[in-house]
Amino acid sequence: MEKKMTWKELIVGDILEGGTSLKFKTGNWRSKRPVHIPEKCINCLICWISCPDDAIIVDKENGKFLSFNYDYCKGCGICAYECPKKAIEMKEETV
Amino acid sequence: MPSLKELVKRESRFVSGHRLCGGCGAGIVMRLVLLAIDKPVIASCATGCVEVATTIFPYSAWKIPWVHSAFENSASTISGVEAAYRVFKREGKIDKEIVFVAFGGDGGTHDIGLQALSGAAERNHNVLYVCYNNQAYMNTGIQRSGATPKYAHTTTSPVGKVIPGKIQWQKNLVEIMVAHGIPYAATSIPGRWNDLVSKVEKAVKIEGFKYIEVLSPCRLGWPHEPELTLEISRLAVETCIWPLYEVVEGKYRLTYKPKEKKPVIEWFKLQGRFRHLLLPENAHLLEEIQKEVDRRWEELLKKCES
Repeated sequence: MEKKMTWKELIVGDILEGGTSLKFKTGNWRSKRPVHIPEKCINCLICWISCPDDAIIVDKENGKFLSFNYDYCKGCGICAYECPKKAIEMKEETV
Repeated sequence: MPSLKELVKRESRFVSGHRLCGGCGAGIVMRLVLLAIDKPVIASCATGCVEVATTIFPYSAWKIPWVHSAFENSASTISGVEAAYRVFKREGKIDKEIVFVAFGGDGGTHDIGLQALSGAAERNHNVLYVCYNNQAYMNTGIQRSGATPKYAHTTTSPVGKVIPGKIQWQKNLVEIMVAHGIPYAATSIPGRWNDLVSKVEKAVKIEGFKYIEVLSPCRLGWPHEPELTLEISRLAVETCIWPLYEVVEGKYRLTYKPKEKKPVIEWFKLQGRFRHLLLPENAHLLEEIQKEVDRRWEELLKKCES
C-alpha cells in the first residue's frame, strides 16, 4: 500500500506579509475633508483614538496632533463629531 | 490604565488602507483592542466584515500573525494555535509571552461559530475572544442574525404589512458565556475607549478563556450618519439597551451606570432600521421593547448587587 503523506509533507498555505494594506490608499473614497483648526486644538488625542482608519498623524514623542493622513482618511467625520473643542471642521472635498 | 499620550507611543498593529466602510465601528474596535495589549499578539478571525475588508488579497491591515479561518471556527483556530504554543513552551522552543485573540462578528459568534466558541470556552484555552456585534450579517447584505434586536429591519426580516421587522428577541450571548463558568466576560462599546481598553487589558492578564462583546455600530446596516458611530454606541448604554458590565469569576459588576436612564426611543430615532417604530400606530411595539429593556436592566442591577 502506498504510504500516506504526513503533516510534515503538507504544502504550506499562503503566508503573506502583514500591514501591506498601507499600499492601498483609501483617501479617494472621501467626499468630505476634515480640516484642523490649530487655535482650538488642545491635543487631547480624542480624534486619534476615535479614527477607524488610523488616519491621524500624531507626534509620538510629545503627543501633539500633526496632521490628517489624507491618503487614507475616508471622510467619515467621526473626528469632527467627537472633538470636544470643535477644532475639526468637515469641508466639501474638491476634485 | 494607559493614557492616550502613552497609547499613542505604541505601534499601530491594525493599520490604514483596510476597506471597511468610512465610519465603521468595527475598525475602531480592532484598533482599540490591539492598542490595549502591549505584548505580541496572534489573532484568528471568523468570516465577516472585518475579515473580508482587512485581508483582501494580497493586502493585510494586520501587523501581527493573523490566521484566516472559516465562518464557524475562529475560536477553534485560536485554540489550536494556543495549544501549539503551550507545547513549544514546554519543550523550550519558545519563551516569549504571547497573547491569543480571536475575533468574530455576531454572525460568526452568536450563530455559526457558537459551537466552536462553546468548545474553546469549555476547554478553557488561554484566549481572549472579542465579538464585534453589529447585530446582523452586514457583509453579505444585512440579513438578520441571532443578535439582531427585536423589530429591527433587515433584508430577511423586512418591515412591511406582514411583520414589523424581526419578530424574535436577540440572544444574550454574554450570559451564555457566563454560564460556561469562564473567568472573565464583559460587554463594551467603541464609544468609551477607556472602557474597552481597560477591559481588554484586564482580560489578557487573566489565565483562561475570556469573552468580550463589543457593540459595533454599522452605518450601512443600521443605517446611521457615519459621524455618529461612537455617539450611537454611547446612546445604547445611556438607554440601558447595552449595559456596560463585567463578570469576573461569576461575580457581576456594573462598570458604568448612566446618570439618567434615557428612553429607548433616543437610540431608535437615529437609525433607519427602527424608523417604523416612531410611527404612532407602532407605539405599542416601542412600549413592549421599553418594558423588556427595563426588566433586563433591573435583573442586571440585582445580579450586580448580590
